[in-house]
Amino acid sequence: MTYGLFSRAAFFSAAVLLTGFVSDLHAEDTNTLVKQGQYVAEASDCSACHTVSGRGNFAGGMEFKLPIGSIYSSNITPDATHGIGAYSEAEFSRAVREGVRRDGASLYPAMPFPSYARMSDADIHALYVYFMKGVQPVDQPAPSNRIAWPLSIRLPMTIWRAVFSPSIRAAQKDVMRSLPNDGIGRGAYLVEGPGHCGACHSPRGLAMQEKSLSNSSGSLFLSGGAPIDGFVPTSLRQDQRTGLAGWSEDDIVQFLATGRNRRGEAFGGMTDAIFHGTQHLTDADLHAMAQYLLSLQPHNPALSAWRYDPEAASALQAGDVSAPGAKVYVDHCAACHRSDGRGYAPAFPPLAGNPVLMSDDPASLVHVVQSGAVLPGMTRAPSAFAMPAYGNMLSSQQIADVVTFIRKAWGNNAPPVTAATVDELKKTAPETMRKQGIIPLN
Amino acid sequence: MCAKKVDAVVIGAGWAGSILAKELTEAGLSVVMLERGDERATAVEGDYPTSIDELRGAIRHRLFQNMSKSTVTIRNTLDQEALPYRRLAAFLPGEGVGGAGLHWSGVHFRVAPDDLALRTNVVARYGKSFIPEGMNLQDYGVTYEELEPFFDKAEKVFGTSGEPYTINGKVVGKGNRFAPDRSDAFPLPAMGDVYSASLFRTAAASVGYHPYALPAANASAQYTNPYGAQMGPCNFCGYCSGYDCYMYSKASPNVNILPALRQDSKFTLITKAHVLKVNLDADRKKATGVTYLDLRTQKQVELDADLVIISAFQFHNVHLMLLSGIGQPYDPKQNTGTVGRNFVYQTITTSRAWLSPKQYTNLFVGAGGAGVAIDDFNSMNFDHGPLGFVGGSPVWVNQAGVKPIAAAVGGPGGKAPTWGEGYKDAMVDTYRHSLTIDAHGSNMAYRDVYLDLDPTYTNAYGQPLLRMTFNWKENDIRMNQYVVGKIEPVIKAMGATRYSLGMLKDGEVFDTRRYQTTHLGGGAVMGTDPKTSCVNRYLQSWDISNVFVIGASAFPQGMGYNPTGMVAALAYWAAYHIRTTYLKNPGPMVQA
Repeated sequence: MTYGLFSRAAFFSAAVLLTGFVSDLHAEDTNTLVKQGQYVAEASDCSACHTVSGRGNFAGGMEFKLPIGSIYSSNITPDATHGIGAYSEAEFSRAVREGVRRDGASLYPAMPFPSYARMSDADIHALYVYFMKGVQPVDQPAPSNRIAWPLSIRLPMTIWRAVFSPSIRAAQKDVMRSLPNDGIGRGAYLVEGPGHCGACHSPRGLAMQEKSLSNSSGSLFLSGGAPIDGFVPTSLRQDQRTGLAGWSEDDIVQFLATGRNRRGEAFGGMTDAIFHGTQHLTDADLHAMAQYLLSLQPHNPALSAWRYDPEAASALQAGDVSAPGAKVYVDHCAACHRSDGRGYAPAFPPLAGNPVLMSDDPASLVHVVQSGAVLPGMTRAPSAFAMPAYGNMLSSQQIADVVTFIRKAWGNNAPPVTAATVDELKKTAPETMRKQGIIPLN
Repeated sequence: MCAKKVDAVVIGAGWAGSILAKELTEAGLSVVMLERGDERATAVEGDYPTSIDELRGAIRHRLFQNMSKSTVTIRNTLDQEALPYRRLAAFLPGEGVGGAGLHWSGVHFRVAPDDLALRTNVVARYGKSFIPEGMNLQDYGVTYEELEPFFDKAEKVFGTSGEPYTINGKVVGKGNRFAPDRSDAFPLPAMGDVYSASLFRTAAASVGYHPYALPAANASAQYTNPYGAQMGPCNFCGYCSGYDCYMYSKASPNVNILPALRQDSKFTLITKAHVLKVNLDADRKKATGVTYLDLRTQKQVELDADLVIISAFQFHNVHLMLLSGIGQPYDPKQNTGTVGRNFVYQTITTSRAWLSPKQYTNLFVGAGGAGVAIDDFNSMNFDHGPLGFVGGSPVWVNQAGVKPIAAAVGGPGGKAPTWGEGYKDAMVDTYRHSLTIDAHGSNMAYRDVYLDLDPTYTNAYGQPLLRMTFNWKENDIRMNQYVVGKIEPVIKAMGATRYSLGMLKDGEVFDTRRYQTTHLGGGAVMGTDPKTSCVNRYLQSWDISNVFVIGASAFPQGMGYNPTGMVAALAYWAAYHIRTTYLKNPGPMVQA
């Protein structure tokens, strides 16, 4: 697949296509705009950070733990005192796309304004109308950030912004770059812009800046990110074994629409991104995102393709559990994931060839084993599934063994994991579903 | 008390309630479903491996009714004083979201069409005098052809595994040749035979019977139902009956309906809500809603509704009707009234065959709904003329997974010692090398077997308990003995080293201390005559037309088949007619 030869005929302006109502601006109807803005909010996944269960939609309060303290997402309801009710559209746009608060202070870049800088004026307008007219005001302040002075001074953030965040003009220019076709163009806008997929799935530099904000600047973009809440965001590029190589367009669409497909299931922060965000997008937009992702060249082309190896399954099926971790696997994992590692997708995900478990960093797999995982029900797939937490049942050695077994079996051939690594990862173990109080009801 | 108003209130969050709630929200109604128990989530109740802790589960009755709050009283005959059923044993009503539909096994039958008009069929074939004195034999008032689309729908919702015999009149498979014609295949292929079932299949065929795979609401493969709800495949772990399936492979309201229903903004589920009574208007012609006790606050709440669906467990339906004054209570002496009349159960006895030590049946494996059965002695499939009894039994090996404590409490059987080394050796032999064959049969209705309000005992909320007057009758004992006799040649054909036949004894009295089945029925039966039925053929109360009573309470007789498939089909049938007829013109759908 090469998209090096861009056809002029396919050149288009993303901004015009995206908004779809440019010609009708004068007859703008608030209800339509609210609906459009809600869609933009979903595409931008605002809820994932700004809605915390029990506080009201968009009332903020999600904690981000940083080495220097904790910051909390803000109340972005139209409440004039505690929310953004006093923002003009220009001020709103500045906050969303440039990271500048109404009072001039800089936002922490937990807010993905470097990506949102790519959003079109029309989408920002719809989003503004939605937040002002379509969202219930919540008369409640978000918790105050807990960062001690002098680190609480926001001046460094202003410098950060100047250095790492693109100007709207630069970002919009990149959006307008030539892409092979309308679908990929729309997909690029959604993924690089409102979807801000790179916030998790792209590597970050020393100053926590995303090293790449667009595929136009090379293959680092979406090549996999640092662990978030203990889970390692995979490469979304066409990398073999650790990326999306082998996923079809429909696989990606089904994953973004339901959190599950024949190749795997979402866990960790991705479930929020799907639950609040992508599941609400139209099929056309999901296909566009998939087409764009499929167009991304591998970051690491040296990786060879995963090939199923039947050896582990043959041993287990013959009753041979002599391999370290094999017995733990049979007792705790095989009922759902099967001795052949193929699972019963889309109910129980396959482990054979699953990119989540073949990465060098074993954190995701170790954390799922020790803390369990929950896939919530989605509109188009109402069933929730819960994987039990084994952290209280299995020793670090047992977890290391079973994880090593899973990473080696069925052609996965990923490096082993030691008990010391598991011990270390216990410190960052995500809370179990029961502790978090997010028990899916089915 | 502050009255709120909804379009429909549904009492009980089991299969019947969940089906009605789903259908009524689809019809655009606002629906509140009231459940006196707790929420039940597979993620918690089915958390592996704590979910398969037998002591905590089946032995300590984790998913069953809390008998310290409310129970029934039981007596065998009219002249006895009934006493409270304080320890769950003979039957196990559920509690909590999913109800008995969460802890059931998963055997998912349709109905034997002859059973729907049993009185008419018996009279036509053997004459009116064939019906024993005191037996209230009667028809359902609905035909199999009318119910077929709803059986089909229920199977697709449940993800039922099975093998058809005929579809649209054409023989298509090796399924039950006595089963009625189908409009479509089962959504999933039949569950595989465990070893004991395969032995039964071969042996039963060799003596001229017609074995078939039990239709099971245990998914033989991963499945997505018409509501988009997903199931995982069964792995024969044996933790079905009494448990919440950790594999999401046993159909339950929780797994198969509620995930979709909970997404509907018109639907509200309120747990810990114990319905005390259905409220009626001043002239007692219409229900105005319900009064329930909020078990969290101990406050009574009144909920107004245009439509009241009573869809709790069988005897709770009857209890609530009696407490609310819906219909006339049955009086066995005067033979008047209908509420509580035709209370029925099922006969079940278990025979055991021991095999050679080289043949491993491993009773701990299995699936609640799976197995191999014969219908040669069920319903009207054989000639009752020379036998002189009404009814019949399917016979099956339904190796549902015998858990260790249950196995030990049940003992090794036969003539084994009850303790010591001999007991242990025999226990191993039984657990690994034996199999059981059940005769799971009908139980007819009798004039002096019924339900009413207990004159003495009350529940924790001060309401009279429901009183069961129940005993085995000669007709059913003889039926059971006859069918069990037909098992013997199968056991011999299997090459059993020894065997014991379990059957009801002459004059046997109903014993509440031993588990039999939870398949209680009747008490609010459906029919065509308001003098002998509580609800019409659409399960609408004859007396209060905006009350529908859904469940096994509608069965006029206890049939040989397990009841859940019939309950689900009747629920969809009633819902269909509510949607297409009643809601357009509320009022009686059949003129009394």
